[in-house]
Amino acid sequence: MDILNIENITKNYAAHTALDDVSMVIPEQSVFGLLGPNGAGKTSLIRIINQITAPDKGRVLFNGKPLELKHTELIGYMPEERGLYKKMEIGEQALYLAQLKGLSRRDAIIKLKYWFEKFELQSWWKKKVEELSKGMQQKIQFIVTVIHEPKLLIMDEPFSGFDPINALLVRDEMLELKAKGATIILSTHRMESVEALCTHIALINKSKKILDGSVKDIRKMYKSNLYEVAYEGTNIGFANALWTGYELQDTKEDDGLMKAKVKLLNGNTANDLLGALLPHVKIHSFVEVVPGMEDIFIMKVNETNQ
Amino acid sequence: MGKIGLIIQREFLTRVKKKSFIIMTILGPLLMGSIFVIPILLANSQDKVVKIEVVDETGVYGKKFPNDSLLQFSVSGRTIEEAKSKFKDEDYTGILLIKQHATTNLPALTLLHGQSQPSMKVMMTIQNTIANKLEELAGCDPKMLADIKGKLDVQTQKLGGEKTDSGMTSAVGYISGILIYFFVFLYGAQVMNGVIEEKTNRIVEVLISSVKPFQLMMGKIIGISMVGLLQFLLWVILTFGIYSVASTITGKEKMEKYRSDKMMNQRVKSLQDENATAMQEQATSTNDDISAALESLPIKLIIFCFGFYFLGGYLLYAALFAAIGSAIDSDADKQQFMLPVTIPLILSMVVSSAIVINPNGPVAFWFSMIPLTSPVTMMIRIPFGGVPGWQIALSMSLLIGGFLGATWLAAKIYRTGILMYGKKVNYREIAKWLRY
Repeated sequence: MDILNIENITKNYAAHTALDDVSMVIPEQSVFGLLGPNGAGKTSLIRIINQITAPDKGRVLFNGKPLELKHTELIGYMPEERGLYKKMEIGEQALYLAQLKGLSRRDAIIKLKYWFEKFELQSWWKKKVEELSKGMQQKIQFIVTVIHEPKLLIMDEPFSGFDPINALLVRDEMLELKAKGATIILSTHRMESVEALCTHIALINKSKKILDGSVKDIRKMYKSNLYEVAYEGTNIGFANALWTGYELQDTKEDDGLMKAKVKLLNGNTANDLLGALLPHVKIHSFVEVVPGMEDIFIMKVNETNQ
Repeated sequence: MGKIGLIIQREFLTRVKKKSFIIMTILGPLLMGSIFVIPILLANSQDKVVKIEVVDETGVYGKKFPNDSLLQFSVSGRTIEEAKSKFKDEDYTGILLIKQHATTNLPALTLLHGQSQPSMKVMMTIQNTIANKLEELAGCDPKMLADIKGKLDVQTQKLGGEKTDSGMTSAVGYISGILIYFFVFLYGAQVMNGVIEEKTNRIVEVLISSVKPFQLMMGKIIGISMVGLLQFLLWVILTFGIYSVASTITGKEKMEKYRSDKMMNQRVKSLQDENATAMQEQATSTNDDISAALESLPIKLIIFCFGFYFLGGYLLYAALFAAIGSAIDSDADKQQFMLPVTIPLILSMVVSSAIVINPNGPVAFWFSMIPLTSPVTMMIRIPFGGVPGWQIALSMSLLIGGFLGATWLAAKIYRTGILMYGKKVNYREIAKWLRY
């Protein structure tokens, strides 16, 4: 089941096109990485999903139905530009935002108490936002984003501005929400921060989608048949063990061990390589080198820019 | 509660809870009071000798007027025509004409004056003197006398000219005009600053992922209007409170004075017992006379129109101020964009004196039709009476139309503007937003 179907969205602004015929599918309970350089159109797409702006063409289906105003209560959105009322008490403020998301005042109080306790903020209820540290403000921001237990959580640059401890805290909470059934969209231009989290990704560049799918499939697609072998022995011995069907790309010495990158050619498998090497060197580790999302991203972006 | 209700509630509560609201609520009536008290004090402190010629057609009151170094009354015994013709040559400040009133036994008082209006002190001396004489004539129930004394009306009239009407009419017009002007400015600016706050705080993006921009804008406008109405109501209550406290205190003083007077006049009074009944009748008819005078002001119409233009003017301007707030990114831009909106408002205050002089002239007509100026201008016109019903109806419909138009326009600018960060905005850019 897909929670969101984005179909042929086009959005034009006066001077430029923000999104050009973008389609993608976001499966339920996935962690979906919306990746792309700054200005690619990520925020425009997120605003359309949040019904902050409307697309010029195309449509978005939420659980199979066209987006309606009531869907906003099922979505939690943390914008890249974080914002709270500086002069309002955080308790009142969180209550207000929770009620705007459709919670009754009573439910909102119960849930807020839970979250405030979890994030150790109880004693700050009556404080104004401007009296809080940045880290605490971020926690509040996160709480008001998830307070109504959204089915879909959209985080724009989720980890920017968080210190490492808070970032970890937020990450864990997100995964817990996912385990409870939520779908999460992470939008970022910093690949390394989301790579470990995402199950699915879409790459957007210059208002066009250039790649999407599950992380597993994409990795498979961009698999380079490259293996890294760490071994004891001599360079020459290693090289001699390889004959046609393998390509030795790189060797280096690291901490008393030799490391070599070998590419499989002509339908050879990892087993064949191991078999060929075993008689000649003492193997310490044998790892497939998978391209990082960042590598794929840079590759694809360069490809489309040319 | 609907979401717009939540927004209204927040806008209302956060503002009402502020210290500045409480301070303004207390200071407001004091400031308003001082606007009226200071000119009186200033008028009293002028040390030019004021000479009043008394033409007493009744022959009863004339000799009673006191003289001091600054205020001199002289009974000339001339007729009013003679006095008027000699007025210029003899350096009098004014002529007090005392006539028998057409319907009551009280004297009718008219003060004719030259270029300068008579001060409060002159008016009060005249009232007191007449009242004292009345008291002497018919030592009656002190309470009733106090009542008469308070309401002895001195008409003022410019020599050779029309009634100057230093009293009610233009005061009511000016005050309601000024109140609307302040209210629009004060609370319109609050709407604008509220929008700017949400925009610069970036909370607006969180908010409009929950509610429509239009709901957010209207919630803010309505919430702040309720703050304004509450403040206004508190001002009215406080002013009346202060007034009634003050008048009971002075009332008590009067009572005591009368008590001692009564002791002294006991004998006289017993002689004049038969006059008391007559006096009572006189007082009743005076009361009728005064309330009739008040009723000559279209009170009900004034109150209704004030409510209408007060709110209508605010809503119209608040929508425009919201649009400005959404379009700008920094305080520096604020003035530039505020100017075109505030000019009509300031203009309506500038022409107000012209409107008081000619409340039904072409300037008054056009300014009371244009929605941006009509709230102030129409409120100045209405107390003078004689504004045709169709003009009021047309002006009101135009204001409603103007409000709807402004809201529609503002909503379009607002929903685009609030999401434009860090971008220098000009009028051409805003015109583009209207087409999105």
